[in-house]
Amino acid sequence: MAEARRTNRMWRNLNAKIAAIPMVLTTLVVFVGGTAWTVLYSFTDSKLLPRERWVGFDQYERLWSNSRWLTSIENLMVYGVLSLVFTITIGFLLAVAMDQKIRYEDTFRTIMLYPFALSFIVTGLVWQWILNPEFGIQSIVRGLGWESFTFNPLNDPKLVLYGLLIAGLWQGTGFVMCLMLAGLRGIDEDIWKAARVDGIPTWKTYLQIILPMMRPVFITTLVIVAAGIIKLYDLVVAQTSGGPGTASQVPAMYVYDYMFQAQNLGQGFAASTMMLLTVLIVLIPWAYLEFGGKKHG
Amino acid sequence: MVDATAIYTRSDAVPRGTKPKRALSGRNIMIYGTLLVFSLYYLLPLWVMVMTSLKGMPEIRMGNIFAPPVEITFEPWVKAWSQACTGLNCDGLSRGFWNSVTILIPSVILSIVVASVNGYALTFWKFKGSDVFFTILIFGAFIPYQVMLYPIVILLREMGLYGSLWGLVLVHTVFGMPILTLLFRNYFSTIPEELFKAARVDGAGFWAIYAKILMPMSLPIFVVAIILQVTGIWNDFLFGVVYTKPDLYPMTVQLNNIVNSVQGVKEYNVNMAATLLTGLVPLFIYFVSGKLFVRGIAAGAVKG
Repeated sequence: MAEARRTNRMWRNLNAKIAAIPMVLTTLVVFVGGTAWTVLYSFTDSKLLPRERWVGFDQYERLWSNSRWLTSIENLMVYGVLSLVFTITIGFLLAVAMDQKIRYEDTFRTIMLYPFALSFIVTGLVWQWILNPEFGIQSIVRGLGWESFTFNPLNDPKLVLYGLLIAGLWQGTGFVMCLMLAGLRGIDEDIWKAARVDGIPTWKTYLQIILPMMRPVFITTLVIVAAGIIKLYDLVVAQTSGGPGTASQVPAMYVYDYMFQAQNLGQGFAASTMMLLTVLIVLIPWAYLEFGGKKHG
Repeated sequence: MVDATAIYTRSDAVPRGTKPKRALSGRNIMIYGTLLVFSLYYLLPLWVMVMTSLKGMPEIRMGNIFAPPVEITFEPWVKAWSQACTGLNCDGLSRGFWNSVTILIPSVILSIVVASVNGYALTFWKFKGSDVFFTILIFGAFIPYQVMLYPIVILLREMGLYGSLWGLVLVHTVFGMPILTLLFRNYFSTIPEELFKAARVDGAGFWAIYAKILMPMSLPIFVVAIILQVTGIWNDFLFGVVYTKPDLYPMTVQLNNIVNSVQGVKEYNVNMAATLLTGLVPLFIYFVSGKLFVRGIAAGAVKG
């Protein structure tokens, strides 16, 4: 009897189980299996093909003594911090402006969000053209009479990250504005009424009441934007190809080049494992706040 | 009583409510000023792209990239579409366009079918461990692709699909799964369970309920998913480079190869025409879909 019941349970909802096969395979084989495989093989000296010759932390030692990797990490940190601060500040300010019962709200939203529909390749190439020193902004300002004006970020190792930032913000701020606006609209109208009754000025209401209430929206936005920054690749490929020299290299580029160009798989695996680690550093505190907190009410 | 009437009449004589705002108050100037300045920043690249693509090279060398063309020419568009070179191939961006179309159609269909069935199973047919798979799926959305790139190369090679169209379709299906499953699951969970139970009582099975009841009820969310996938897959670059061969490169990859090639004289007008051509499909989807696009991109940010 017990045997029969067990088989019965196995066959119950068989179709639902068959339907879930792609999801089970994706999660177990690709997401968990693939990630574990890469982490494991980052401890080998795989070159052209993966092989099981274990070398401990050799690849990581080599990685952290490679100046190109160090530049990539430094770039990611600088770009990441600047990008996070600016996207979230600009996104929030625009959302507040949009929330003032303005006219033409739909038009403004359409204009702010269209870059987000475009490929990073398109974004990178357009801004490469606008920042072109011979024809773009620099030459136009010089043409107006300011002969010594210099604005050539894409060819200046010290400024190239700002060139990328201009393009990255152009593409991403509209999206953050939309998330923030949704957050602002989700706040109870009564809170505004209460603040008005108490005579608190609008700016102060935003700063001291609305901003703390939007904390969950800010955290979610932060995580989404940060995860996107760590993956940063297409934009750099299109806009600067990592140059001038190695001035705008990013980790994702290092991984790709070592895996598919330099035929040094081990280095690629080690570098991508470091990228995973960076994501986990962002993700774990968030998951803890988001899901761990619920248990305590 | 008299007093009350007095108050009533008095308040009737005096304008009520807050003072009507003047259109040109300092506050309005600040708000609209900020919005206009940013709008200029957002619109500038589109303007420059269109203007540059309509000029001849002599005019570009002479003048200002923001100025409208003195003499409009469609030559750069024709050249970008049918003659631009990548390496030794000089058959233009049209090849990349058609490659992207052939990649796009099966990828969009397969990824949406799989994800909507996932969402359906996760909402109405929960089985032991189904929530665990869902959690892994959502976390999977945050794992950098770079970690999974090579294992997928091995898997595709084992399946004999590495470098082929169907290999790339599978990759898009796998990486589209987290966000789409979340989208469908959230939508399906708003459907009353009684409806589902009634259908079961009437003897409808797994697939019948999905096809005859759920799908017809959920057309808006399918449209949102299509918008999300068409723009996402069209704009993909990394998977195109890694999992296809040069003759199957999608449009974004070919565009980058055309514009960033080091050989030959740079033809900026052709480059901008090519860039604009690549952006046309997502832009079209964006302008036609309007609020549904916003709903799609916000889906990832809304808690499940």
